Amino acid sequence: MKYEIVNATLLKKEEIATGIFDFLLECPSVSKKALAGQFVHIAVPSKTLRRPISICDADEKTIRIVFQVKGEGTKILSESKVGDKIDILAPLGHGFSVDKSQKIAFIGGGIGVPPMLYSARQCDNAVAILGFRNKKMVILEKDFQEVCKEVYVATDDGSYGIHGFTSDILKKIIDEIDGVCACGPMPMLKVIAGICKEHDKPCQVSLEERMGCGIGACLVCACKTYDKDGNVEHSHVCKKGPVYNAEEVVW
Amino acid sequence: MADLKVNIAGVEFQNPVIGASGTVGFGREYGEFYPLSVFGGISCKGITLQPRQGNPAPRIAETPSGMLNAVGLQNPGVDHFIQNDLSWLKEQNTVVIANIAGNTYEDYCQMAEKLSVTDVDMIELNISCPNVKSGGVQFGTSCESVGAITKAVRQFCKKPLIIKLSPNVTDIVSIAKSAEYEGADAISMINTLTGMRIDIHNRRPIIRNNTGGLSGSAVFPVAVRMVCQVAQAVKIPVIGMGGITTWQDAVEMMIAGASALQIGTVLFKDPYAPVKINEGISQFLDENNISSVTELTGTVKLW
Ligand SMILES: Cc1cc2nc3c(=O)[nH]c(=O)nc-3n(C[C@H](O)[C@H](O)[C@H](O)COP(=O)(O)OP(=O)(O)OC[C@H]3O[C@@H](n4cnc5c(N)ncnc54)[C@H](O)[C@@H]3O)c2cc1C
Ligand SMILES: Cc1cc2nc3c(=O)[nH]c(=O)nc-3n(C[C@H](O)[C@H](O)[C@H](O)COP(=O)(O)O)c2cc1C
Ligand code: FES
Repeated sequence: MKYEIVNATLLKKEEIATGIFDFLLECPSVSKKALAGQFVHIAVPSKTLRRPISICDADEKTIRIVFQVKGEGTKILSESKVGDKIDILAPLGHGFSVDKSQKIAFIGGGIGVPPMLYSARQCDNAVAILGFRNKKMVILEKDFQEVCKEVYVATDDGSYGIHGFTSDILKKIIDEIDGVCACGPMPMLKVIAGICKEHDKPCQVSLEERMGCGIGACLVCACKTYDKDGNVEHSHVCKKGPVYNAEEVVW
Repeated sequence: MADLKVNIAGVEFQNPVIGASGTVGFGREYGEFYPLSVFGGISCKGITLQPRQGNPAPRIAETPSGMLNAVGLQNPGVDHFIQNDLSWLKEQNTVVIANIAGNTYEDYCQMAEKLSVTDVDMIELNISCPNVKSGGVQFGTSCESVGAITKAVRQFCKKPLIIKLSPNVTDIVSIAKSAEYEGADAISMINTLTGMRIDIHNRRPIIRNNTGGLSGSAVFPVAVRMVCQVAQAVKIPVIGMGGITTWQDAVEMMIAGASALQIGTVLFKDPYAPVKINEGISQFLDENNISSVTELTGTVKLW
């Protein structure tokens, strides 16, 4: 059976920036299978729907998730205590495909940064480009430094690192890299996909959509993409995505 | 061990819990959790004569104890269903119900005709989808139109015919009676209740379609009331649904008058719900010395 639900034990919990939580979950059966860019679908007590959260990192026994408190569901989740069991349906979706030997830029914007960590880990020659609103929102910089050859950090207001957007940095290094993997707000992804297209570099993007089942049965998580014949279709982010080749996406 | 088998219009179900249309696709995904035979039956995603791409996203919003959806009948079309899904489903040891929706009488009749020569077990007429302009609900809201569409499809439908009713009406009992009068073999109810949520920050409805259909626990009491009223008024069996989440809900729905059940929204949080609900019903029957689940149906003692 391909899918399973596990009660993962919360081993470690930390608020790494205001309202952003870092959870280490023990769930060996999931962590062994987890691929970069996949997500977990988390049941939150008292809520009808599960919450999709990306896998930030994984090893033999654990997965790590980093999430921002947005509404009630993530608030309740953030109140979990070390030792609590967390009900997850995972690993789900189709992740990044990374060629170990290539030089790949892993680009994350805001809360799109976490999934890029495990993705960058798959590559021997990784460059990270991380964008945040301001200094207070900067997360995971050290983790990326351990995994990547080069790490660029940019803030929108210049309060930390380079003043500007991830796309500004990408433009500067695009000729040195073989491809891009990115996750973040749609406008950022659109600009990045445009730069890659212009320079003829392969680009994979991770998209977000509101979800129900998380496995491709209920069809609520639609996004407009091109099928193999170039026709526009509604594909489902939970199953065909969340990672798409940028050319597949109708921007 | 109590007997969980139920019989609806001559079709035998191994247990009363059916996967609700639109929540289980064509079965393959939930088949990756367990054998699909944990469901007494599968009501497939609503299909139309031609493929449909459905509504733009967002198509879902959470609500207190429930959710809204406006998928807009995205589906690959009836021919694709017959060619690609049906034979696989028929091997899964569960009753296969085709759920059909259309714009015109001809659409419904043509689909019923096509499906009648396949080995699908039953046909469920969806005249209650609130999320597309002409997705059948125009047939579902008056006695005359429900009677007329039932009569028309009946002529082409050689399979047991279930009419799925909309709760967005003033008098669901009369509508159910019209369907029965014109030859329906069973009623299923309720489809979703039309609702809306608005993001207070940008003042936009969360769902791109503006409105969506409400399902989940929030609708359960409405569904119980309607199933109870209809079951008292018709002789054909009623398949009850709307917000069933626990085995207790399932038992309650049967006592209200349902001969079988469909479950949908609960699966999103707990894919194992059909297993748990069947186990719970079975234990309840044993503890109460009831030998067959059919003995629960319609046993409500109204004041
Ligand atoms: C594949 C995927 C991976 C994600 N990974 C992360 C991550 O690693 N870290 C992180 O902080 N966030 C991530 N998100 C976003 C996260 O799912 C939402 O922030 C979260 O669901 C909000 O829930 P809530 O109850 O706090 O908010 P509410 O607004 O109360 O939620 C109401 C409903 O809307 C849904 N919803 C609201 N915002 C979003 C959104 N942006 N995307 C999808 N559904 C939404 C909720 O799931 C819930 O069903 C991811 C989303 C997707 C689709
Ligand atoms: C995402 C979603 C899609 C649905 N699609 C259909 C459909 O295609 N045809 C149909 O007859 N009902 C459809 N329904 C309605 C359900 O079959 C069911 O009537 C309703 O959800 C109430 O049951 P529940 O509360 O157990 O989910 C859909 C419901 C949901 C949540
Ligand atoms: S969430 Fe159900 S199909 Fe994607």
